[in-house]
Amino acid sequence: MLEKSLKGNLGYWAWVLFLLGIIGVGVICYIVQYNYGLGATGMSRDVTWGIYISQFTFLVGVAAGGLMLVLPYYLHHYKDFARITILGEFMAIAAVAMCMLFIMADLGQPMRALNVVLHPTPNSMLFYDMIVLSGYLFLNVVCGWVVLHSEYQGIKYPSWVKPFIYISIPWAVSIHTVTAYLYCGLPGRHFWLTAILAPRFLASAFAAGPCLLMVIALIMKRTTKFDIGRVAQDKLVTIIGYAALLNFFFLGCEIFVAYYSQIPGHMHTLDYLYFGLADHATGEVYNNLVPFMRASVIMGFAGIGLIFVSRYLKSDPLLALSCILIFVSFWIDKGLGLVLGGFVPNGLEQITEYVPTFVEIGITAGIWATGFFIITVLYKIAISVKLENERTA
Amino acid sequence: MDSSRRKFLKIAGISAVAGIGAPSALNMLMKNEVRASSEGGGHGAQTDAHGGEGAHGAAPAPAGKRYGMVIDAVKFHDNNGLAEKCIEACHSYFNVPDFGNKKDEIKWLWQMPFANTFPGDESHYKKDDRTHSMQFMVLCNHCDNPPCVRACPTKATFKNADGIVMMDFHRCIGCRFCMAACPYGARSFNWRDPRGSKDGVPFIKKINHEFPTRMRGVVEKCSFCDLRVKRGLQPLCVEATAGTGAMVFGDLNDPNSEVSQVLRARFTIQRKPSLGTMPSVFYII
Repeated sequence: MLEKSLKGNLGYWAWVLFLLGIIGVGVICYIVQYNYGLGATGMSRDVTWGIYISQFTFLVGVAAGGLMLVLPYYLHHYKDFARITILGEFMAIAAVAMCMLFIMADLGQPMRALNVVLHPTPNSMLFYDMIVLSGYLFLNVVCGWVVLHSEYQGIKYPSWVKPFIYISIPWAVSIHTVTAYLYCGLPGRHFWLTAILAPRFLASAFAAGPCLLMVIALIMKRTTKFDIGRVAQDKLVTIIGYAALLNFFFLGCEIFVAYYSQIPGHMHTLDYLYFGLADHATGEVYNNLVPFMRASVIMGFAGIGLIFVSRYLKSDPLLALSCILIFVSFWIDKGLGLVLGGFVPNGLEQITEYVPTFVEIGITAGIWATGFFIITVLYKIAISVKLENERTA
Repeated sequence: MDSSRRKFLKIAGISAVAGIGAPSALNMLMKNEVRASSEGGGHGAQTDAHGGEGAHGAAPAPAGKRYGMVIDAVKFHDNNGLAEKCIEACHSYFNVPDFGNKKDEIKWLWQMPFANTFPGDESHYKKDDRTHSMQFMVLCNHCDNPPCVRACPTKATFKNADGIVMMDFHRCIGCRFCMAACPYGARSFNWRDPRGSKDGVPFIKKINHEFPTRMRGVVEKCSFCDLRVKRGLQPLCVEATAGTGAMVFGDLNDPNSEVSQVLRARFTIQRKPSLGTMPSVFYII
């Protein structure tokens, strides 16, 4: 089946080469970081996690978001999702692969990464994160590949794969829950210490994952003969719309609790993210994330409004735009604000701002390109098989 | 799909699942004291001393040692240069590098104003000049219930039976989860090679060969001078305050130790006690 990825038009190869180029830049940047140490990044004693861990957190969501594409078909026999289920599984593979790469990029001693397995520590949430992420990768590789391979051979998928499919559904919830637990179980980090962190993660994941898939599907609709169909598209709009609204509802709950209770620790980070926070010793106001966070809210609400309009107008360009708006909105919210904000102020009530370095951005771009490379190859295989089957059928 | 491939996939699948789960399962079976290692004796002596003050009342009876420290901030305030002397004694012995910038900073023992040391404990109106001009020595609290130990995925940071929270520099993978977990900002990371130098000036001014230098990519922090304490000596910072009584170190579980006597006689506060970490460092303000 892999050979399908080796046949493509000029556009396909240009895209693949472009991705490989960015991956190359990422590799060079990583060599720089590896030789110098993590000091090559913008992280500091006060902001100890930067864009690597925030990308990781966001991408766990994208991986978990695949659930919204798999669940209706396998659990509710929703036939209109038959064509996109495999896309959800393959997107999850790429997202988990990126997560693992971001973790590796963030380790001070990457050569010792296996210590997590050699000295398993069940009281650490990172231990469970390792289990659920590798498990989810395994499940999606098995389910996606076996189901597609059966389709390739023109037979129904074997029944032994079914338990794996069913396990993968709660497993998707588990990966994002455990990822939220990394943060919300830490005493003294008020911004993260909230019981709705996991639900909020899931809500944003169930919007962001399908958004990415929708954008890719719309691109494929223009560049290939592969069309996921109007019914599936409309259903996805419902899923994305509700999940995105739920995310903002949860965000609203956080804002209410902080500002109505007036507990300083609960307000500080929200102040920092949305309004700017003044250092109580010097009076200096820190606000480098404020434009991003405000843009996130505006883009999110605009996207939610437009996505329903796009369905009403049956407009694919508008649908793509609204999906991009929601995706970027949630990327800012989770891929920047959530992790970086948690470190402001620090445990000693000091404010240190974080700005990523070029090396860090290069590595981040390289890992994203790797993810898109995996998606490209897997989707190429998937749609080739699907289109071929439809031609012969 | 032919049967041999199907068989292979089955076996591969099962063994992969087993492979992921087995180490943890084995570990749980072989040493069921994973939690126990992070529980230990507790501030049992405190309970005794304060006549069983509720919260710690249910803790197991104190067994063995539990080291703690009382820092008299007033004495530090009155003795000019004393704090610097302590910090120098600590940082020079433990080869703590100085990179000359805040971003890469590594520190085990340093000073902070009241509002930063005890955030949330500050009254909005009552601001006596002395407290607010005072600096407080801050270091690892060697918590009874350390969040860093809970967070560490490799047991590179762990709690000794005597209550000292330790770092294994050779096992640390540099994930910095402990730094996110520590509510006191007590931990530092080697963002770059501490053995290096800039413009010919080494980051570690004079290497002390009695203690190893670290490599880049690992976390470090105050160790309560565990090796000295084992030999019956006082921590270096405490030794540097000899004669002033600004720091008292000892076994909190021993009601006759000096530290226990000070805690009985004086009103002391801890940093962020509401978080349930049960710090072993107490302050006289």
